[in-house]
Amino acid sequence: MTASATGHSGAASLEFRGVTKRYDPGTNGPGAVNDLSFHVPAGAICVLVGPSGCGKTTSLKMVNRLIEPSAGEILLDGVNVQSVEVTALRRRIGYVIQQVGLFPHLTIGRNVAVVPGLEGWSKARQRARTLELLSLVGLDPARYENRYPTQLSGGERQRVGVARALAADPPLMLMDEPFAAVDPIVRERLQDEFLRLQRELAKTILFVTHDIDEAIKMGDLIAVMAEGGHLAQFGQPDDILARPASEFVARFVGADRGLKRLSLRTIADVEVEPLGNIDGLPAFPHDTKLRDALAMLLVADTRGGVALDADGRPRGVVTVDGIACALGDAVPLRTAG
Amino acid sequence: MNGEPLVRWDWIFAHTGPILDRVGQHLYLAVLAVAIGFAISFVLAAIAIRRRRLYPLVTLLATAVYTIPSFAMFAALVVVTGLSTFTAEVPLVLYTFVLLVPNIVAGFDSVPQDVLDAADGMGYTAGQRWWRVELPLAIPLVVSGLRLATVSTIGLVTVSAILGNQFGGLGYYILDGYHRTFTTEILVGGLLSIALAVLADFGFVLLQRLLTPWSAARAAAR
Repeated sequence: MTASATGHSGAASLEFRGVTKRYDPGTNGPGAVNDLSFHVPAGAICVLVGPSGCGKTTSLKMVNRLIEPSAGEILLDGVNVQSVEVTALRRRIGYVIQQVGLFPHLTIGRNVAVVPGLEGWSKARQRARTLELLSLVGLDPARYENRYPTQLSGGERQRVGVARALAADPPLMLMDEPFAAVDPIVRERLQDEFLRLQRELAKTILFVTHDIDEAIKMGDLIAVMAEGGHLAQFGQPDDILARPASEFVARFVGADRGLKRLSLRTIADVEVEPLGNIDGLPAFPHDTKLRDALAMLLVADTRGGVALDADGRPRGVVTVDGIACALGDAVPLRTAG
Repeated sequence: MNGEPLVRWDWIFAHTGPILDRVGQHLYLAVLAVAIGFAISFVLAAIAIRRRRLYPLVTLLATAVYTIPSFAMFAALVVVTGLSTFTAEVPLVLYTFVLLVPNIVAGFDSVPQDVLDAADGMGYTAGQRWWRVELPLAIPLVVSGLRLATVSTIGLVTVSAILGNQFGGLGYYILDGYHRTFTTEILVGGLLSIALAVLADFGFVLLQRLLTPWSAARAAAR
């Protein structure tokens, strides 16, 4: 990360311990959460995913205490969030929501500077941080700083939402379906950019989505939640795809979970055959997702494609069989980034 | 007709001093009524927002008051409170409720829920949220309520002329002109009252633009 106007406060670990939220006594209505326990190490993205009404948003809102749990505790860097003064807690936690919730009466610059303003930073420091963050999320400060939210597209607004949440350099970010309101093309670009950003920032992130593909793409860890607010499975994306813990999880991740696992791997993960004659074979850069490579091989009707290494040199020939083998447990998944 | 011209300019020029005094009185009665009406309406609206079940009752009362003819209310109040500025102000204040309360409530209702959620999630205290988010976003509808109430009150002030010579603002000239069958006076009272209302309306449009620069940005974006 480039020189920041703020100190870098790093990331915090997050732990749910037996967290329960009951609405109607004795029943489990939508949004209820039942004995949720999991641990997210500092700097990881944990995705809460599940069907609507499974309590994922409730779980997220219990972290910044927009909702108070009925039982259990949530620890931020080992400290129970309920022991922290609520506004101080919230200012230390970035919060991004689906509808963005930008303040329509404030310029983009002042929207980004909201939490620093609440925290009493000097005007000069607020402005320096605002300009830094707008650049960070890919918005030219000179063009956007003095505009109002209504003058921006949905994708631009969501970038501002991310910048605003990052403003006071919080050790934890809560993101509630942050990319669900934009069209699929913009969504994919925002996801990619956010992952690139996260590689620099290494924040701890709790991310809610109902979309299993988004969960697999964004998550270092995934918590699959079932109706009634139960934790159905917790683990790395590849684990959950390879070994669903229950019929529910298997159904939720989909019959194509094998193909989904391929999107977690790249050409660099696959065993190759000797080059031989490679005339007319398609070439795959080392970071091509195996899912895309397979799709191309099936269409290309060739014996395989040329796998390139990180320097762009041919490494060997990759075949459909080779890709299938990459899903075997013998080949360990290289963790990206 | 006796050959008298429709407008006797010599009369107007001979009475500029008293006419200006009446303009001043007219504005005083109107501004005071709107200011008091706004303060009370804000309290009523605040109650209606917190206790939603009371809102229909508040609206019902405000509307019921509004159905009383102004002429009748001034006349009836004289019996109770005598000939005083207080008597002139009470009906004017009461009539503002029906325009102000619903606009203030609608103004605060218009603040989007996602904006309130974001404000809470970012760590605004309740007070900060009210002053820095809810109030500014309610301004457009609150100001349009004030605009309506002011224009309507400026018109109604003329009716208070029935309380006697020392009331009524420009309404004095309308009533006096009627009694004396003197068109010039009626026109001076009526037209100046209209001019005041138009100016006030224009003033609120300007005020609204100054207070809510983001609304202009929205219009330009379309």
